Amino acid sequence: MDNFQYIREHFDQLQSSDTTSGLRAIRKKGFDSFNRLGIPVKHEEWKYTRISPLFNKEYKLNQHTSVSAVELEEIRLPGYEQATELVFVNGIFSFPLSTIRSNQILVMPLEEAAKNEYKDIVSKHLGHSSKYQKDGINALNTAFVKDGVFIFVKKGQIVEQPIYIYNVTDSRSGNVLSQPRSLVYVSENAQLQIVETYATLGLDESFTNQVLEIIVNKHARTEYYKIQNDSAHTNQVSTTHIRQIAKSYTHTVTISLNGGIIRNNLNLVLDSEYCEGHLYGLYLQKGQTHVDNHTVVDNVKPNCFSNELYKGIIDEKATGVFNGKIFVQPQAQKTNAYQSNKNILLSDDASVNTKPQLEIFADDVKCSHGCTVGRLNEEGLFYLQSRGIPSKIARSLLLHAFAIDVLEHIRPEPIREYVDKLISERLEFDGHD
Amino acid sequence: MLTIQNLHAGIEEKKILNGINLEIKPGEVHAIMGPNGSGKSTLASVLAGRENYEVTEGSVEFLGKDLLELSPEERASEGLFLAFQYPIEIPGLTTTNFIKTAVNEIRKYRGQEPLDAVAFLKLMKEKMALMNIDQSLLSRSLNEGFSGGEKKRNEIFQMAMLQPKLAILDETDSGLDIDAIRIVANGVNKLRSKDNAVLVVTHYQRLLDYIIPDFVHVLYNGRIVKTGKKELALELEERGYDFIKNEVAEEVVR
Repeated sequence: MDNFQYIREHFDQLQSSDTTSGLRAIRKKGFDSFNRLGIPVKHEEWKYTRISPLFNKEYKLNQHTSVSAVELEEIRLPGYEQATELVFVNGIFSFPLSTIRSNQILVMPLEEAAKNEYKDIVSKHLGHSSKYQKDGINALNTAFVKDGVFIFVKKGQIVEQPIYIYNVTDSRSGNVLSQPRSLVYVSENAQLQIVETYATLGLDESFTNQVLEIIVNKHARTEYYKIQNDSAHTNQVSTTHIRQIAKSYTHTVTISLNGGIIRNNLNLVLDSEYCEGHLYGLYLQKGQTHVDNHTVVDNVKPNCFSNELYKGIIDEKATGVFNGKIFVQPQAQKTNAYQSNKNILLSDDASVNTKPQLEIFADDVKCSHGCTVGRLNEEGLFYLQSRGIPSKIARSLLLHAFAIDVLEHIRPEPIREYVDKLISERLEFDGHD
Repeated sequence: MLTIQNLHAGIEEKKILNGINLEIKPGEVHAIMGPNGSGKSTLASVLAGRENYEVTEGSVEFLGKDLLELSPEERASEGLFLAFQYPIEIPGLTTTNFIKTAVNEIRKYRGQEPLDAVAFLKLMKEKMALMNIDQSLLSRSLNEGFSGGEKKRNEIFQMAMLQPKLAILDETDSGLDIDAIRIVANGVNKLRSKDNAVLVVTHYQRLLDYIIPDFVHVLYNGRIVKTGKKELALELEERGYDFIKNEVAEEVVR
């Protein structure tokens, strides 16, 4: 049975088993779009990332499996003792495996939120990302929205400890297609930090198609960290859609270290005056890992500020893609938008495609962009060696120095130390404090 | 300590050094002077092991070892130090972390235990005072945004930390005002001992007012064409390099 027939059958089953849910209509819309758009093949936004071959494999969709707390242990991120931990297994939120350690946030199944007093928020904001991801992949996720969560931060709540989201893929009994889908709503004057990571149990292949939508209200601050350090037989399209609907502040850091094909869509919609957004990314690749960061900063209203810095170190046969769009809509005067992408290629077989894309429809704006692709600085290497530092260590010191101005933007300390350690180990570095 | 014999070297087919002979003994200060393009910086680079230079003939012995067989880091660990004419800026790497790694890697090479945090800090404080360097400078990224004087002082500070047997100062005076030259020279003088040696590569005589050389060599067309005492530097300052060029030309005619 081919995947498309399988998807249709699953969709029909889901719709008939869930006749009352407030999510039925949005799923139907998603499914129709998926049928119309299909899997991107000759699609401008997918020029360097070919995912259609992944659909030649057979997957089990949204498969329920049992993962034990013990199996979760090694996946947990440092600092978890204080964090709220939300666990998804094959895209399905698991209450028993999750621990909510803060009374400042509400976490409930999205399905429930679509019916109770939050249903207006859900219907208003769920699915906004499809305006930016006009492809069948986003639609496919929407067609099956059901098992995610709704996270609500009440007015004025400064959530002191971060939320850790673990996306666990259990591919111990066959290939898995997971589609996590959640919605986060940060109310006025509230503050929230989210750290999200991905891990796989099992050796069969997996494809994770995730969508996370975050709404940020007046004077609210939201930080979002994504850490991708999964196995080479896992592939993912990970869409993070952040919409700032009133004067607010956001800060995101995307770290990609391991995986098969990774496509990140990060949308930052500055949908109100005086919003501020910072976007950082670091991709450190080897093997045949493919990392594609597509970012969109959409300046809808005047007087917004955004700053974007993505850096890549690409080794062996790995490939990187950076595509950074900045839109400045006609009424978004006095926009300040900056973008920079810097890459170091460490081998002859490594490659990167980088493309800034600025579409400016207002006339009183400050926008800048720049990208570089180069080798490790030979002069710097000689300088360090001339002080007695062996070339291997000198190389890792230089690469670490290159990465640091993204790393230092990871604010939760245990997470920053954790990522720094992963990177230092990767750079075969020791003797550094 | 250092014996250079008939050294020929160049870069990408272009010959720059055409048979250098030089002997440096412990406790000595040698100055190499010469007009632009004479090969001064090439000599410094070849000695430190910069990759893109190719030695085509001759030998260099340093403390009993064949220097040319050693990698740049091995040369440093054996006790050779090059103060760069243009120190490299490395954003993201603090001077402290850099120098700590260097000190301990050299110790490792020599079979010594790494310095612990306390001992390292003590050593650093001592050398900071010597070079008039502020702690805040050392916690910044290596040379990033440093003034010309700060960069050169940082070079001599590194030299103080690594305590080399032979220090090569490559145009350390270039781009410095007189006060900065004095600070740098003062640092070098305090580090001099009967066991170590200094090779000062310079275009101008003024640095030699502060670091008094035992020998002055004039490099021209990749060869040492004249050697003298410190008075030779003064003569060069007064008469310019042309008299050397003329002398060399006359020799050729004869």
